[in-house]
Amino acid sequence: MDWLFYIAAVVAVGATLMMLTRQNAVHALLYLIVSLLAVAVVFFVLGAPFAAALEVIIYAGAIMVLFIFVVMLLNVGPRAGELESAWLTPTVWAGPAVLAAILAGEIVYILSSPGLGIEPAAEIPPERVGLALYGPYLVAVELASMLLLGGLVGAYHLGREDRVRLETATHGVHTDVAGSDSGGDLVRAGSDRTAGAA
Amino acid sequence: MISFKDIVAAVLTVVGVLFVALTIAAGLIWVERRLLAVWQDRYGPNRVGPLGLFQVLADTIKLLAKEDWIPPFADKPVFVIAPAIVMITVLFSFAVLPVARNIVIADLNVGLLYFLAMSSMGVYSIVLGGWASDNKYSLLGALRASAQMISYEVFMGLSLMGVVLVAGSFKLSDVVEWQNRNVWFVLPQFPGFVLFLIAGIAETRRLPFDLPEADSELVAGFHSEYSGMKFGMFFVGEYLGVTLVSALIAVLFFGGWLGPVFGLAGWARTALGIVWLLVKTFLFIGFFILLRAALPRPRFDQLMSWGWKWMLPLALANLLVTGAVVMTMSK
Repeated sequence: MDWLFYIAAVVAVGATLMMLTRQNAVHALLYLIVSLLAVAVVFFVLGAPFAAALEVIIYAGAIMVLFIFVVMLLNVGPRAGELESAWLTPTVWAGPAVLAAILAGEIVYILSSPGLGIEPAAEIPPERVGLALYGPYLVAVELASMLLLGGLVGAYHLGREDRVRLETATHGVHTDVAGSDSGGDLVRAGSDRTAGAA
Repeated sequence: MISFKDIVAAVLTVVGVLFVALTIAAGLIWVERRLLAVWQDRYGPNRVGPLGLFQVLADTIKLLAKEDWIPPFADKPVFVIAPAIVMITVLFSFAVLPVARNIVIADLNVGLLYFLAMSSMGVYSIVLGGWASDNKYSLLGALRASAQMISYEVFMGLSLMGVVLVAGSFKLSDVVEWQNRNVWFVLPQFPGFVLFLIAGIAETRRLPFDLPEADSELVAGFHSEYSGMKFGMFFVGEYLGVTLVSALIAVLFFGGWLGPVFGLAGWARTALGIVWLLVKTFLFIGFFILLRAALPRPRFDQLMSWGWKWMLPLALANLLVTGAVVMTMSK
């Protein structure tokens, strides 16, 4: 099963690199989804089918759909790509590259030192995950559920429909003039994505 | 060590399942049109071949011969990938479907979760297809699809957890064997069955939940810009989804391959099991088509509030009661 692990790992790293370097947000998200699927395969090969299934259902299936949903609503056009390439100068890459290199060095050290190699664990069935979560880790599960409930209540509060307010009155912006609310920023809501957008 | 016989058996299973699934999906185009016609008091396609059966063939040739047009304003790579995703994810889901005792492509111990994972991947096909078309009707269809499918996925998973709790396994063959020892899940898990059926209709975007393509308001929704075989893939993908959900309802709630065996044994019994599964599957496919003939389309806000305010609490209540019963029975 070793070669399955390495293929999935290479796909994950490659897809993540592609995700980082894409200028089109949706293309970047698609690479991120591929990367998450590859990580799910890694989980499966290492003997955690339950974690693999949840990785696909929750991360690749639910959270990323919401990301794409938001990007779709943002209406980003070709000018957002131009802006992105203007921001991503080589100096911007320096910091993350150094940090990533440190991590890569650690991984090489772990893999090369004897006795620290990664052994595929015995397969863990879903029942064992459930028993562990609701046994020794019960408090953590309850805390996480309280945190999620807090998020839910917050989202409900933000999404609640207030009495109708005119944007012109509350924010002092003219919603009918293009770019007036973003100070002439290149990326703005509406009318950016013209016909012929890639 | 894997023997040659095992490999042949595995290849035969894969080819057999794919062939039957794709044949049913293609044939459903004819079945649906004829059944709708019966319920609407007309004939439907009855000219090409016996009973109009070759209509499917004629339609396929038409789709293949049509110009495969990609709009110049579309996001080309995504536009091309999108219709393939729906076919791939649904066909992948058939891998965990047990067609008879010991006949299944991959009897995963997370089988049900695998199905849910693949159905959540299928959403991308619709969303990306609509987005890449760069057309406001397509985009609206894609927005509706993503909101609808995410909402209905939530309680689709929860509605099955009652079955999982009682059977004690995510493995689909274990679920059928539990029904063999006890009773079909439709009796002890009736609310779960109804919820899964409704979620299944929404996941396959069939009427009354076909708002992503709502012809009367959005042209054809997310696939307005698709033509030729790319449109054909969305089309067949939908029928494959209907087949998959019907087969899963049969396996999870109506005993899968179980049924009267008439004293048969060996391969004849296995073959009869497959026949029982097909009969049950076709009953639900018929029900899906009847719904299309019978029900009007709701408004989108009605669809969303129905999902979150009724289906989700009911699924949670079903899970709670089932959990309590399982706990008291096991003590």
